[in-house]
Parts: sequence; C-alpha cells; structure tokens
Amino acid sequence: ELKEEFTRVLTTNNPHVPKNLIRYSFKEQAYEPVSHVDHMAIHFSLNGNMIAKDSDEGRRQGVKISTAAGSFQKFSHLCASEEGKRCLVLSRRSHCCIFLQGAGGEEAEESGEVEVSEAAEAEEPPPPEEKEKKLPNQFNFIERASRTHNNPMRDAACQSESAPHKNFSDCANQWHIYEAYVEEVKRIEKAKEKEKARPQTAKKEEKKEEKKITLTTVESQGDVMSKISKLAKIMERMVTQNAFDDIADDFKYFEDASDEFRNQRGTLLPLWNFQYDKTKKLAVTAISWNPKYKDLFAVGYGSYDFMKQGQGMLLLFTLKNPSFPEYVFSSESGIMCLDFHNDYPYLIAVGFYDGNVAIYSLKKGTSQPSYTSSGSSGKHSEPVWQVKWQNNDMCNNLNFFSVSSDGRIVSWTLIKNELAHTDIIKLSVEATTVQWPEGLQLQTFGCGTSFDFHKKIDSLFLIGTEEGKIYKCSKLYSSQFLDVFEAHHMAVDSVSWNPYHLKVFISCSSDWTVKIWDHTIKTPMFVYDLSCAVGDVVWSPYSSTVFAAVTTDGKAHVFDLSINKYEALCTQLVVTKKKNKTTHIQFNPVYPVVIIGDERGHVISLKLSPNLRKMPK
Amino acid sequence: MADNGEGKNEEADYKRLHTFPLIRHTDMPEEMRVEAMELCVTACEKYATNNESAAKMIKETMDKKFGSSWHVVIGEGFGFEITHEVKNLLYMFFGGNLAVCVWKCS
Repeated sequence: ELKEEFTRVLTTNNPHVPKNLIRYSFKEQAYEPVSHVDHMAIHFSLNGNMIAKDSDEGRRQGVKISTAAGSFQKFSHLCASEEGKRCLVLSRRSHCCIFLQGAGGEEAEESGEVEVSEAAEAEEPPPPEEKEKKLPNQFNFIERASRTHNNPMRDAACQSESAPHKNFSDCANQWHIYEAYVEEVKRIEKAKEKEKARPQTAKKEEKKEEKKITLTTVESQGDVMSKISKLAKIMERMVTQNAFDDIADDFKYFEDASDEFRNQRGTLLPLWNFQYDKTKKLAVTAISWNPKYKDLFAVGYGSYDFMKQGQGMLLLFTLKNPSFPEYVFSSESGIMCLDFHNDYPYLIAVGFYDGNVAIYSLKKGTSQPSYTSSGSSGKHSEPVWQVKWQNNDMCNNLNFFSVSSDGRIVSWTLIKNELAHTDIIKLSVEATTVQWPEGLQLQTFGCGTSFDFHKKIDSLFLIGTEEGKIYKCSKLYSSQFLDVFEAHHMAVDSVSWNPYHLKVFISCSSDWTVKIWDHTIKTPMFVYDLSCAVGDVVWSPYSSTVFAAVTTDGKAHVFDLSINKYEALCTQLVVTKKKNKTTHIQFNPVYPVVIIGDERGHVISLKLSPNLRKMPK
Repeated sequence: MADNGEGKNEEADYKRLHTFPLIRHTDMPEEMRVEAMELCVTACEKYATNNESAAKMIKETMDKKFGSSWHVVIGEGFGFEITHEVKNLLYMFFGGNLAVCVWKCS
C-alpha cells in the first residue's frame, strides 16, 4: 500500500474560482454561462514613477536641470540634511529635481518626475558637470554608424523613333478592277507598238540617261571621297598616335635622368622607325628637314651600289605619322641628294644617280617632278651628289647648285618653267693635263662629292672631292679656287660650315676620319678617328660645338667640343641588323631629335639625352 | 449581233488577259515588291475559293520574312482607309476580280 504512487498535478487553475458561473445577458435576454473565467490573482502591485527621457516632460526637466547645474552643491547638502533618509536616486539630475520641487524633503520621494536609474544606497552626489554625461552601462550605449557613399541614382530613358507611317485609302470594286485591267492592256499594246516603231532611238536615250546617272554618281562620290580623305587622315593620325603613344610621350617628355651619373656622356633614345614597303631594298641617300614644318622631313632613296642601280623614291614623312609617308614620289633613277627651298617649303630640289636634277613641288598632286633636266639641257654625266638652293637671282628666278662626280658645279635656274644650267666651276685636277696626240690638251676633272655654302658670305663655298681634297671657291671666280685643303686620303663624303663660328667647317671621309678646320689654316684643328668609314657628319643647330657623325658600322657618334675635345660623348649602335650601314644623319632644327637613315630603307629617329644638348653659355 | 460578237470577244479577252497580277499602288522596294506579289499570286491560286485562308497564308509568310504585324485583305468589293508604315504597302489586282491589299503596321 505504501508503494502506491499518487500523482499530484500542479495546475495554474485557481481553485477558488467558480467553474460554472451563470450570468444574465441582456442582449440575449437569457441566462448564459460565462465561458471564461479569469484565473489570475494579483498579489502585489506598485506604481512606478519613471518617465521617458525623450517625452515632453522629460525634456523639460532636462532643461531645468542644466540651468540649475551651477548651484548644485549647495542644494545637495540641503537635500541630505533635510531628508536624513536614504535617497533613492544616484544621478545628479535627481538631486536637482529635489531642489526644484521645494525646500521640503518630504516631496523628494513623491516626485513623480525624478528619474530613477536604480534603487540604490545613498551616495555622495557626483561632482558637478557642465554637460550631461552618458553613463556607459548596459542601458546606455553609444551608437556609431557610418555609411558608404552611394552614387546618386539617375533615371535615364529613351524611346526609339517609331517607323514612319502613312495613310492610304482606296476602293476595291469590280468595276474598278475591270477598268484597271483594261487600261493596263491598252498601255501594254501601245508600248509594244512604240518599241517596234522606234527601237534604236529609244535605246540611245536609255544609254544617255544611264551615262548621266553614272556621271552624277561619280561626281558626288568624288566630293564624298575628298571629304572622307580628310577625315580619314585625322583618324589615321589619331590611331598612330594611340599606337605609338609611349614613343610620343618619350619624344615630348622623357629626359634621361641617368645622364647625371654618366659623367658627361649621353645616349640616344630610339623613337620612331620610319619605313615604307617599296623602299625596303633601297638605301637612304639623303635626308632633309622642311624649313617651315618642323616635323616634316624628306628622305631620298637610291642605291650607292654601282652595279645595282634601280629606281629611286622620294618620301616625305612627318613625325606625327610614322607608319606611312605623307608624300610619295618615284623616279626612274636613284635619288642621291635633296634639298628644301628655304622660302618655298614645298619645293624640293633633287639630284639623281643618272646625273639629272629635278624639282618636285608638293603643291601639285602628281608624283612626277615639276621640272627636270634632260640630256640636252646640260645634265651631269655622273651621279649628282649634292644639290643646294640659292637665293633668287636678279630676275627673281629660283636657283640651285649641284655638284657631281663629273667635276662640274652647275647652277640651275628655273626660267619660264624650264631648267637652264650654267657651269660655275669645273674641278680640274692640277698638273694632270694630258697631251693627246692631236694636240688637244685634256684635263682630267676631279670628282666633286659634296659641297656647302657659307651661311653669311653667300658666294663662298666649299667642295669636297673624291680625291680627298677640299676646295674653297667663290661663285664670282669660275676658273680658280681660292684655296685647297689636303684634307683626306679618300673621298670626302660631307663638308659643312659651322652655323655659328663662321670660320670653322667640318669634313668627313671614308678614310675613317672627321676633321675640323679653320678655313684660314691649312691643317685641321681637330682630327677624330672613328675606326670606320664615316658616312655623314652634321653640325647641330643649337650649339656651335656639338656635331654628330654616322659610320658605316651602324654607329652614331655625338661630339661636344666644349666638354670633351678628344672623345665622343655618345657612341651608340643605331641599326639592329649587322650588315646595315647608316648612311646619313640630320638634326631637327627645333626638337632634340636626330634622324638617321640606313641602307635598308629605314629611317630611325632618336632623341638626344640632356648631356648631348648642352647649349653653350 | 455585232454587239454579241464583241461581247463574246470581250469576255474571252477578259478571261484571258485580265487575270495577270496588276499592281495598282505600292511603295515597296523592288525585291520586297516582287516577293510579295508572287506570294499573293501563289496564295490566291492555292486558295481560290477561300479568301480567308489565302489571306492567312500571305500574312504569316510576310510576318516571317519582313517582320511582324502585316495585315492582308482579299476581296472583290471593299473600300478601305489604312495607316501603313512607309515602304510597306502593296495594293494589287489579280484574277480579274480579286483585289489584294497588304500592308505593315505595328
């Protein structure tokens, strides 16, 4: 019996609550059981006296408290003494409130507006503070938030144009149809009759109409083409600029900083490479910058090889478009030299391998020379090695000089659209008059290979010859030379007056040397041995002491006499392939750029590093 | 008698000559026009008795070939006023008594 288990269940039901209450409901006019009876019994309730800080009353009190902060301490004592009891509140706020409501301490506890943070012991009132301090505990916490910047949204909408619409109306009746057919039949019969009657004239008219139509279409195409070509050119420039973007940057802005550490030496930075399909087998024989457009230069192509003479080309490139030449002229014989006219930058004088000279005009659209010499008009019998424009003569005719291996210096004048020649000087080799059996005295002529005119004294000029001599001549004396310099052992490839020092000139030769002379002194002032045949030497336009030379082993040498009298500041291999010889070099008059031509038809542009560009003081 | 003869001639002519497709008004480009015309002729010949089926065939084929929303009306007696997209209208006669109007309007 003791082992019996009794289960007792604890429920939340109130046992004193009647389970079956019946109430009279006036609505139903009947007695109804009350279905639900409340089982809740309240044991204790206490009204609280907290108000929300943000509510109106709370804010008002906050204001009052902050104004009374000054006189806080006094009243805290008051409170303590008056009450003599436990304070329910901790915060300073509450103390001030006590003060506010009256001197009597008995109101303190009753104040419904006192904020109570916790029921706690009495404490010393916290020290007065100017501002309210947020107590960081689990009920007060500081929020901090941040938000990334969102780009503002924008609505964009568009609507395509609807296809054009048109209205059409008609009536489709039987009689309409019938009439239409009858008309059509009649028309066809008439057409057949006409055809039989006049077959030929009709055809002719048709043809004329066709031609007119084609003509007009072609013309309109022509206009279109010219407009397109302009745009296409701009596009081409943009595309090449983008393609060679880094080179363009280098050209403009790159300054080799390592020059400071290089002890006066400099380098040449390769920029663009200019080449053209049809000139791949030709050698660059002449380069010249345009005097007006500082980025345009002309390159003449031909061949130095006696056995392999083919056609020649004249291309004009611009630094703005390294991928394709601006102008292309082709000629039957290789071009050996060229020169731009100073005043008319569209005229180029050209000397050919077969001894002819020609003038090309860039203004005309043709690829043929505007004026050319011929066998009857006194062309040279040997290749023309150099041409140079002169000032206009008395009658304002264009005038240029040419030098050739046949020993003649010829002045060509453009009179009335024709080239007329005048022999200026014949290079006779001294003491070589040979007696022919019939009593003729035959003079052998020296072969002129290069010449240069003095910058100031127009009539004074130098001629370099194949025998290695340099003659100083004047235009005014045609038979005699002013002076002879025994310059080199082999052909003089280039002579050039110094643009600043009017007495100084430079010469280079295949005997590996470059020599600098004062024209009053017979012996050279400086001699440089470059250990390879020198193709070309040229003074720089910005400094009287800087000059550059190219040798046939593909190297470019840059010298600055004011810095180093004995050595080149820069010796750099310019062409990539081994068997390629560099043939000519030219300084750009404005930019610190040189262009070098080689035997494969390439023209390479290089930027001079700062050490090479020092201007004299 | 002469009238009768002429009448018979005319009838014969009518039957023979007036059956070719005759374009009354169109602003379609050349290729489209040729294709549409041939399509109409094919459809009308195929469904000679049922204009609705012919129209259905034409409309569906045109929709496939030249883009959506073509409208086709085939009949012997009707008047119409339509709005069509430029260069997409063909109004032709066929078979001596049929009129076909094809246009595009989305």
